[in-house]
Amino acid sequence: MVHLTAEEKAAITGLWAKVNVEETGGEALGRLLVVYPWTQRFFDTFGNLSSPSAIMGNPKVKAHGKKVLTSFEDAIKNMDNLKDTFAKLSELHCDKLHVDPENFRLLGNVMVIVLASHFGKDFTPQVQAAWQKLVSGVATALSHKYH
Amino acid sequence: MRPRGGEGRGGEGRGRAGGALGSAVMALSAGDEALVRALWRKMGSNVGVYTTEALERIVLAFPSTRIYFAPLDLSPGSMQLRAHGKKVAAALSVALGHLDDLPDALSALSDLHTRQLRVDPTSFQLLGHCLLLTLARHYPGDFSPAMHRALHRFLTHVAWALASPCG
Repeated sequence: MVHLTAEEKAAITGLWAKVNVEETGGEALGRLLVVYPWTQRFFDTFGNLSSPSAIMGNPKVKAHGKKVLTSFEDAIKNMDNLKDTFAKLSELHCDKLHVDPENFRLLGNVMVIVLASHFGKDFTPQVQAAWQKLVSGVATALSHKYH
Repeated sequence: MRPRGGEGRGGEGRGRAGGALGSAVMALSAGDEALVRALWRKMGSNVGVYTTEALERIVLAFPSTRIYFAPLDLSPGSMQLRAHGKKVAAALSVALGHLDDLPDALSALSDLHTRQLRVDPTSFQLLGHCLLLTLARHYPGDFSPAMHRALHRFLTHVAWALASPCG
């Protein structure tokens, strides 16, 4: 269970208001597939993933990235109750998709790096710390239903 | 002759990078190396600025790492943190010059961190993450997915060498 202070929540929501969900989602998922190539195993039906440019330009990657980041929006609206918020998604990723939960941590860290590259000076160490707490909380919540 | 190629080469791609941990580490391709060197050239003498920022970030983002810096003043801008940042920058330069024999080149540092300071090896990965983030922040135009991958591989390699008992 992640406990975010009022300041940390404000840092998160403040930045989120400026995020382009569609682009950021596609970029984060694309970079995950490039930097950690074994994650491509979950996206066999996505077509051409043969190079960084193929991955980043792949429309299915972009669409799925948008989906992933949109569900992150739920996390931000429910920062005090991530476990329940992600219960169904946790079951899906465990029972149907068989995703190693370690990959949630990897994606969380890629997201934080993408945000840093977009927001530069606004992405202070304090802002990063708040986001690291959140992505860690989401990864834990997504792992919760694994058995 | 340095082997070419990327994914799945494991530790065998680099000199004496053997052992169980080595096979889990993705070796650097010639392309990766070229990208990392290009960024290092661009950063010039500023590498220390970014490694210092990475240290400021790791103690805030991952508070459990504070224990390793206990005697140091960890406030932003502290002389001690800057001095340590310079040491990290110097070590990374050594690493870049010894990609074929990292465990040997970093053996003294590895000894210091594992035997004397007894640092949990995951901390090296966390510092790598904070440095990657810092570089992405300062050089967004250079931080293509391929550069991201190359830097990640380089820093992972360094982290592995630091944690290795050999050399």
